[in-house]
Amino acid sequence: MDLIDSFFRIRAYSLKTYNFALLNKSFMTIKKSKIVGLEQVVVRFAGDSGDGMQLTGSLFSDSTAFAGNDFATFPDYPAEIRAPQGTVAGVSGFQIHFGRKTVYTSGDLADVLIAMNPASLKANMKWIKQGAIIILDIDAFTEKGFEKAGYAADPTADGSLDGYNLIKAPISNLTKEAVISLNLDNKSVLKSKNMFALGIIMYMFNREIDLVSKYFESKFKANPLVVEANKMVLAAGFNYADTLEVLGSTFKVEPAPLEKGKYRNITGNVATAWGLIAASERSGRELFLGSYPITPATEILQELAKHKDLSVKAFQAEDEIAGIVSAIGASFTGSLAITTTSGPGLSLKSEAIGLAVMTELPLVIVDVQRGGPSTGLPTKSEQSDLLQALFGRNGDAPVIVIAAQSSVDCFYSAYEAAKLSLEHMTPTILLTDGSLANGSEVFKIPRVADLPEIIPPLVKANDPNYKPYRRDPEKLNRFWAIPGTDGLRHRIGGLEKEDGSGNVSHDPMNHQRMTFLREEKVNRVANYIPEQLVYGSEDAELLVVSWGGTYGVMRTVVEKMQKQGKSISLAHFRHIMPLPKNTETVFSKSKKIVVCEINNGQFVKYLRMSFPQYKYDQYNKIQGLPFMVAELEEKFNTLLNH
Amino acid sequence: MENQIIETQQLNLTKEDFSSDQMVKWCPGCGDHAILHSVENVFPNLGVRKEDFVVVSGIGCSSRFPYYMNTYGFHSIHGRAAALATGVKLSNPKLSVWMITGDGDSMAIGGNHFIHTVRRNIDINILLFNNKIYGLTKGQFSPTTPKGTKTKTSPQGSFERPFNPGELVIGAQGNFFARTLDTNPKHMTSIFIEAAKHKGTSVVEVLQNCVIFSNKAHELITSRESKDENQLFIEHGKPLIFGSNKDKGIVLRGTHLEVAKIGENGITEKDILVHDKNETDPGVHVMISRMMPPEFPVALGVIRAIEFETFDQAMDATIAHEKEYSKIKTVDDMLNSGSTWTIE
Repeated sequence: MDLIDSFFRIRAYSLKTYNFALLNKSFMTIKKSKIVGLEQVVVRFAGDSGDGMQLTGSLFSDSTAFAGNDFATFPDYPAEIRAPQGTVAGVSGFQIHFGRKTVYTSGDLADVLIAMNPASLKANMKWIKQGAIIILDIDAFTEKGFEKAGYAADPTADGSLDGYNLIKAPISNLTKEAVISLNLDNKSVLKSKNMFALGIIMYMFNREIDLVSKYFESKFKANPLVVEANKMVLAAGFNYADTLEVLGSTFKVEPAPLEKGKYRNITGNVATAWGLIAASERSGRELFLGSYPITPATEILQELAKHKDLSVKAFQAEDEIAGIVSAIGASFTGSLAITTTSGPGLSLKSEAIGLAVMTELPLVIVDVQRGGPSTGLPTKSEQSDLLQALFGRNGDAPVIVIAAQSSVDCFYSAYEAAKLSLEHMTPTILLTDGSLANGSEVFKIPRVADLPEIIPPLVKANDPNYKPYRRDPEKLNRFWAIPGTDGLRHRIGGLEKEDGSGNVSHDPMNHQRMTFLREEKVNRVANYIPEQLVYGSEDAELLVVSWGGTYGVMRTVVEKMQKQGKSISLAHFRHIMPLPKNTETVFSKSKKIVVCEINNGQFVKYLRMSFPQYKYDQYNKIQGLPFMVAELEEKFNTLLNH
Repeated sequence: MENQIIETQQLNLTKEDFSSDQMVKWCPGCGDHAILHSVENVFPNLGVRKEDFVVVSGIGCSSRFPYYMNTYGFHSIHGRAAALATGVKLSNPKLSVWMITGDGDSMAIGGNHFIHTVRRNIDINILLFNNKIYGLTKGQFSPTTPKGTKTKTSPQGSFERPFNPGELVIGAQGNFFARTLDTNPKHMTSIFIEAAKHKGTSVVEVLQNCVIFSNKAHELITSRESKDENQLFIEHGKPLIFGSNKDKGIVLRGTHLEVAKIGENGITEKDILVHDKNETDPGVHVMISRMMPPEFPVALGVIRAIEFETFDQAMDATIAHEKEYSKIKTVDDMLNSGSTWTIE
């Protein structure tokens, strides 16, 4: 290591926030042995649907985990299963954000883009930073490729990429050359060109390629030739990067100071499924899922269907209604009952949610939100269903509503949803969204024994005091008498129940009393949830309010502005119904409140209704896209300067 | 249910064990009363503990049924009883699950759940009260109302083609279908016992009379004057013979059924079709289900009964297998499975 190198390393680490792309530019002329330390990097892999970008991304994620970084990822694939090859519609992407500090999001704009064809370049230009490194498979940049992508001219020659660091790598041809000794057919060879691209990136970030080679050995055990080909191509990409003069240095993101422990990578949908299974084990109630496939919630059903080894009963019903109603039947029979869906499915389940409200049975309804209304934007994320979750039923039919704030938090939110639902005998809607569901994060593996205990209010056999609608005096829940138990035979249903006995009742005063009881039961859940956290000073000039899946970006922006000395704080809500008890106190302390949502202002309506004494500014984005740091920063600065 | 079968004598149950304290609010003369009495007579004699019965329903006059039975019961929402029963049975396959429904509840709004439950062969017993009218909403045509019937929503006569429940059940790959009459308690009771004994989805269509909105809908079949000519009590292994003089029978001619008179045109008893409820091919069972007056007598009894693996058995077997062979035994095992890394 020479002096200059050490100098740059020190300098690099001393910078708190580090603009990777700009720094890279200034190092263009420096010799390759240089390693530049970075705080955080966003890399985006993009190619045709058939190019294996998801695998490339996940292998790079594994290597990132091995390097000890914190990271978050997001896959971005087309709505169509097989869109025409080479077109913008057929582009599949994978983004990873990794750092030596806590990483809250999968990143807004990328520092490095790998584009396997012209269409993936075209589709992703809006997702990369000015000055980013762009690695192209230049062999795919042909007239035919331009035409399919809708480029009028060669984008690498028309000046449109000036200001970016372009690496024109002949990936396809070098892949062919790398495995020429194996005598493979052209199609098989080109299947592994993604590994050439991975080799380049592995070199750039000083990663060990052995780990990936080991993966090939286990994945393609049955086909040694494929193992060999992939290893050769990966090494070829790695070595090719070493010869690149344009790549002046390599980069390293030092390990993040993660707590000691065992970690894994997890997507929000898998985390949701696992949180529910954990709640099943901890409560001693078998898990029953009644569900119907719907984007982007289907993976929860798939994951639960895998876990018959943990006694999970996953029932794929004939429709959304049968999904929830079968779950209600299972809940009556003593299971931890779940139904999973997305917006349109939640609409179909409305009547049955009312039945669960009336029969006061535990039931977790997971809604992985997507763009609406109607079929809307099935593959895009949106905070679309808050008002539907709160109010979308006939009658006064309150339910508990909670919202997960990150992919990892889906585990804890699902667990909490199950706990609240079981202990309070009340249906609970858990809101996640497409971004959380498909995105992944580093998950510190908990021990089930460390999770809070869950004690469902079961009735003992032959309890002489049992009445179907007798209530716990504190929580106001009724008690759970399971079919098959001696001495507790009873009937419930959707007709209004007489307080206590549970007999059918059309008595006017009883209906009013029962309506109040159902509402008060949900309100009292506030005594069993944590108080609202405020990140930053409680009396900051600007209180930023958000909920659910936007936590990562909100936290990033607010921390950034706090470091700049701005008087700004964040109250990010996970508990929607009921709101935490201190919510009003939190609002009372700031001069200005701005509510930020990926919808047309649903939480802000609810807050205006709940606490009309405060003035709420709002910031809404309804484009099927996540918030970007810069747009929020601009909005908050404007509010602070007025 | 196998583990639950206990000697009936040991259980010592009577009809009174199943009568609820709720006032029965069906109209006087409604066929539902007779069905309720039959079910109360059947339950004590099935060898099932009284706590192991669950009676579920949807919406409609018939769906009030669970309130009138002293069992675990669930009165759900319109059309969804089959889905609810599915959840109950899968959650605890040891329970004896009975679903009470009507022609509106199961043939119209709940048609989808009905056919899929039958297709999956979930081990529940479905009693379908067919009065060919919407009673609780006061008299609109249902999916089983005969064409031409004048109702409040078909004032000029219905021009819809009705469903035949038996044909629908067998078309949905149903394994058990029987038909009985609310006016014949003895037959009803025997058929309910057959349905209870059958493993898999058992559907019993009860031709039930609504005294208010479709009174005499089944008159040809039930009236003293015409019933012998229009009822055919079918029994497994016996020829399909009917008529006050037992001189008429059903013959299979080519691909369809015909009524023939024994002793005429060279027809002898040997020519009469012998009922085989266990025939796996659904062809003849569909034809028998479709027989309706005035051309044919209506077939009463067990039309089809095929043994086939039930969904609940298959699900339990899969779970048992996975529990035995999977490396994952606890949630901690699951959380630590696959690719993980450790920070020291």
